[in-house]
Amino acid sequence: MTTFTSHDTTAGRGWAVEAEGLVKTFGSNRAVDGVDLRVATGTVYGVLGPNGAGKTTTISMLATLLRPDGGSARIFGHDVQRESQAVRQLIGVTGQYASVDETLSANENLILFSRLLGLGHSAAKRKTAELLEEFGLTEAAKRPLKNFSGGMRRRLDLAASLIAQPPLIFLDEPTTGLDPRTRAQMWETIRRLVATGSTVLLTTQYLDEADQLADRIAVIDKGRVVAEGTGDELKASVGESRLELRLVNENDRDDARVAIERVLGVAPTLSPEAGRITAPMHDPDLVADLLITLRDEGIHLAEMSVQKPTLDEVFLTLTGHGVEEDTTEASFESDAELEGSLA
Amino acid sequence: MTTIAPDQVTGAPSAIGATTITPGVEREVTNSVSLRETISHTFTMAHRGLLKIKRTPEQLIDVTLQPIIFTLMFTYIFGGAIAGDVQNYLPIIIPGILVQTVISTSVVTGVQLREDMAKGVFDRFRSLPIARIAPLSGALLADTVRYLIATTLTFVMGYIMGLRPEAGVGGVIAAGLLVIVCAWSLSWIFAFFGVIARSASSVQGISMLVLFPLTFLSNAFVQPETMPAPLEWFANINPVSHLVTAVRDLVNGAGIGADFGWSLVGAAVIVAVFAPLTVRAYMRKA
Repeated sequence: MTTFTSHDTTAGRGWAVEAEGLVKTFGSNRAVDGVDLRVATGTVYGVLGPNGAGKTTTISMLATLLRPDGGSARIFGHDVQRESQAVRQLIGVTGQYASVDETLSANENLILFSRLLGLGHSAAKRKTAELLEEFGLTEAAKRPLKNFSGGMRRRLDLAASLIAQPPLIFLDEPTTGLDPRTRAQMWETIRRLVATGSTVLLTTQYLDEADQLADRIAVIDKGRVVAEGTGDELKASVGESRLELRLVNENDRDDARVAIERVLGVAPTLSPEAGRITAPMHDPDLVADLLITLRDEGIHLAEMSVQKPTLDEVFLTLTGHGVEEDTTEASFESDAELEGSLA
Repeated sequence: MTTIAPDQVTGAPSAIGATTITPGVEREVTNSVSLRETISHTFTMAHRGLLKIKRTPEQLIDVTLQPIIFTLMFTYIFGGAIAGDVQNYLPIIIPGILVQTVISTSVVTGVQLREDMAKGVFDRFRSLPIARIAPLSGALLADTVRYLIATTLTFVMGYIMGLRPEAGVGGVIAAGLLVIVCAWSLSWIFAFFGVIARSASSVQGISMLVLFPLTFLSNAFVQPETMPAPLEWFANINPVSHLVTAVRDLVNGAGIGADFGWSLVGAAVIVAVFAPLTVRAYMRKA
């Protein structure tokens, strides 16, 4: 595990989440294999990892939906196993797949959850109207949920998690499968939540999302936290962005590599196919110098692009292996079924 | 590092932007649910069940058709052979069919619970600070509507075919209530299967295995004296027989007897055993 900095920036308001050595096994799979997490009150914490890394399983244990096989976790000081009912009064959970009742309307859903949370008839109605307005669902409030778009379902799901104004909100991949506009709206909502004092723990497969929203990020792989730090620290470990070049003449490869090492001061990676060269780009100003050098040396480029770091590269750097091409749904069972070994 | 100051927050007056929430460490939380809350949660969940029935009325087809078809079929097939004619058979068979129909309706409770639990909304129920039993007890309570429909239709069919209960409307209502209470209790068994089974169809399978011996090895259709000794012995101790006898007594004007008491005791024992088992299995299931 790579830890970049100590947690000395947390204004002493205490931990919203403290998890130590959480373990969950499904059969022979160690879906979560000793996860430690500490989330400071009032911050957004991102748990970043590919499908099957154990993100959903970790959240499920913290949200009292699954019993840990090992380790312990406390939410605002309350143990998730011994004081699960107390913990449930402090959390809101928005799952990866909308956890609202498909047979009911948006209105009926919110009233149902409001009533279950102890609001009276009129208070439940008021709260429901408020939340429907807030999430732009007033017009669709009475329509059956079957006709809802993915984004509308997600918004309703989040609305349902906010009825009791929980101080800690778990968002499991809140934007997976959403279009860019809806994603931006979701981000905005999450930011507003934090402004009211909520603590948010979100999981995501997108480095970009974790970077945009999270104060701190834990990178999780095969049920283990492989890195933890702020977004800047994390990205710095991978290189801000990378430069990708494709040569007209493959025989220029070695010359190009030498030029890149000289000008950018880093070792590029040569891809065997199609003469592709990639190099981390720490200082964008140097790229102009490199291009001039290449032209001066008569090395012609067929293509040039700048790639932002992807989760794949963060992974490659942190674990020594990339994100496997695994598109299975991150159900509990398929968690941690990824093959390959930690380098 | 993204730290969002309140003045950066955009948007109109909002439900989440308006107030600052109470910090987690300052909240008063309890680790238990009171009985009053449990009952309130159960009724809210039952309301959800009723809304579901309202949205998908096609799921009531079985409780609508089964009483009609079974009453017609059994009465005309067995009537002549067992009681000489249909008219004399009606006071015996209608209570029998009533019990059989309503009890087999309670199997559907388990099947539907299984289907319901596969939905994401149950994850939310589990994450809410509500009584653990509420999603189950609420669903079971809502299903009494199904028993009510089946009971009403069976009696209506009986009346059309010529049954004139000696005890009058009062006896019929009392008998109907007794059957509904017992079916509700029995539905805890099928709810248990619903929680532990992997699929809805296996719930159906297991439940039918339990149900057939229970309803046919009883006095619902024939006199136990006509059975071989071991079966007669079982039919006489079978709680279903006690229930059928209690219903016959109520409908035919014999009033409340020992069988009435035994039926309620049996129902209470089933709930006392299976309700905790079901809730425990439900809690274990991820």
